[in-house]
Amino acid sequence: MSQATNSQIHMPDAAATSAAVITAQHLNAWYGQTQALYDISLAVPPNNVTALIGPSGCGKSTFVRCLNRMHEEVDGARVSGIVAVEGANVYNRGIRPMYVRRHIGMVFQQPNVLPTRSIFDNVAIGARLNGLAHGKKLEALVEQSLQRAAIWDEVKDRLKMPAFLLSGGQQQRLCIARALAIQPKILLMDEPCSALDPIATLQIEQLIDELKRAYTIVIVTHNMQQAGRISDRTAFFLLGRLIEEDETIRIFSQPAKKETEDYITGRFG
Amino acid sequence: MNIRTSLASASKPANPFQPDHGLLHVRRQLANGVCIFLTTLFAVAAATFLLYLVLYIARQGLRFLNVAFFTQAPKAAGELGGGVGPAIEGSLIMVGLAALIGIPLGMATGIYLAEYGRGFLASTVRFLVDTLTGIPTIIFGLFIWVLIVVPAHSFSGFAGGAALSIIMIPTVARATEEVLRLVPKELREASIALGATESRTILRVVVPAARAGIITGIMLAVARVAGETAPLLMTAFGTPFFSTNIFRPMDALPLRIFNSTLSPYDIDIQHAYAGSFVLILLVIVTSLSVRWATGGFKPRGR
Ligand SMILES: Nc1ncnc2c1ncn2[C@@H]1O[C@H](COP(=O)(O)OP(=O)(O)O)[C@@H](O)[C@H]1O
Ligand SMILES: [Mg+2]
Repeated sequence: MSQATNSQIHMPDAAATSAAVITAQHLNAWYGQTQALYDISLAVPPNNVTALIGPSGCGKSTFVRCLNRMHEEVDGARVSGIVAVEGANVYNRGIRPMYVRRHIGMVFQQPNVLPTRSIFDNVAIGARLNGLAHGKKLEALVEQSLQRAAIWDEVKDRLKMPAFLLSGGQQQRLCIARALAIQPKILLMDEPCSALDPIATLQIEQLIDELKRAYTIVIVTHNMQQAGRISDRTAFFLLGRLIEEDETIRIFSQPAKKETEDYITGRFG
Repeated sequence: MNIRTSLASASKPANPFQPDHGLLHVRRQLANGVCIFLTTLFAVAAATFLLYLVLYIARQGLRFLNVAFFTQAPKAAGELGGGVGPAIEGSLIMVGLAALIGIPLGMATGIYLAEYGRGFLASTVRFLVDTLTGIPTIIFGLFIWVLIVVPAHSFSGFAGGAALSIIMIPTVARATEEVLRLVPKELREASIALGATESRTILRVVVPAARAGIITGIMLAVARVAGETAPLLMTAFGTPFFSTNIFRPMDALPLRIFNSTLSPYDIDIQHAYAGSFVLILLVIVTSLSVRWATGGFKPRGR
């Protein structure tokens, strides 16, 4: 096992990764004594949707949570290796995790709106927490974020209503609006549709297709059809390892590895 | 004929929902019925008893309730008329003082225990808080008596408020801790993932999410100390006169009730019922208005 530390690793050469917005290099992650990720290296190109697929427990969530330093929020969790975001290693000493998180939007599996807060407050909270905007500017930011998340028309007349009154699909789009309101370039989504019905899922998928013009998106999905529909590139994880990563079309038509083929043809997992 | 019989047998499939066999069925139904009956019976008994208590106090006390009873000082023992004005005033001052000290300290302790507390210090604090919750409140009165009353050579409203605040702290702390622990971790994550610091997450997201529960805990603590008698006997002592000087002896409703019940005159006992009714009223009104003012009646999510 290569338990790479920051000092042992030099950044990959500029030409190969200059285009990538996120580059993971020899990334390992642990929960206490158990290792969840083994030596992952993966580059995510800009304005692109990269899907992470693989059986349950293979480390997809752990991987995305390593990208914005959410992994270390779990007691006893640990990371080694490099995650370069826009050229800077987020695990560099001196970089505080909260500043990393402010540049990367995250959407979770369960729509985790703040239930008793108003719709407006839910979107504004990130901007307020980070002191990004207030007053008229904040109102404009909230409206713009809701519009980008394709939910403005549904909520514009009831911005003061508590968020729990929205449906599950609306709540998830509200969460997307909340993530967009911190004005990130990168959006991480961990199975954003798995708690939603097919119609809400379709709405989110269309939204993702829109958003990729302006954002770089990494999305975890256990649904291979979904990966096929929405992603440009797909990475297949198995037992904490990255088996292969390529254009989605290639992964689904002629995967290089036998494990990938077995998985996508449904022979296991 | 042949067809008919086969149809008949086809249209009567075996019952897939076989009931339990006779005896077992009877036993289960019986157990179920007994369980429902007993829980309902005890619930009704408890509610009836409480209702009887309140109504009895109201019936005994209401006769004496008029504006004067709220505003006037008590008359000499055995005399008709007079009121519990100084006691209401003193109770408000001392419970207010206790709340002013006890709520922030209690909430801070609860937040520490739920959010930051790890290791030796946290388990020590938790143990102490648990122990304090179980200590008879007269001990706190004694403690303040030694600490404040004796050195100051005087009973005082301040000492009374201090004693009540120590009684409040562990209750508020445990209530806060327990409610904070119930806040789903997804809400924390939502805030952390937006780049909020831990303290901002706690103060702006977690505590507000637990607001209703924390307020309920605080109101329980307030109601509890509003009825405390023993610790006030050793600290505020009581006085039949109006006094807003917190460094002088002060009256309180439980003290007034207690003193009235010691009287040999029937009329004073009646006054005690009226005072009790005022105390109950005060607690209910405070609780309801705090809830209303802090939005605790609004519908809650999930
Ligand atoms: N909080 C945690 N504590 C300990 N182990 C965890 C925790 N979260 C996940 N794991 C373990 O890490 C591995 C990867 O989990 P995860 O990244 O959630 O997988 P996926 O998202 O692909 O289903 C699993 O074996 C899981 O049991
Ligand atoms: Mg997962």
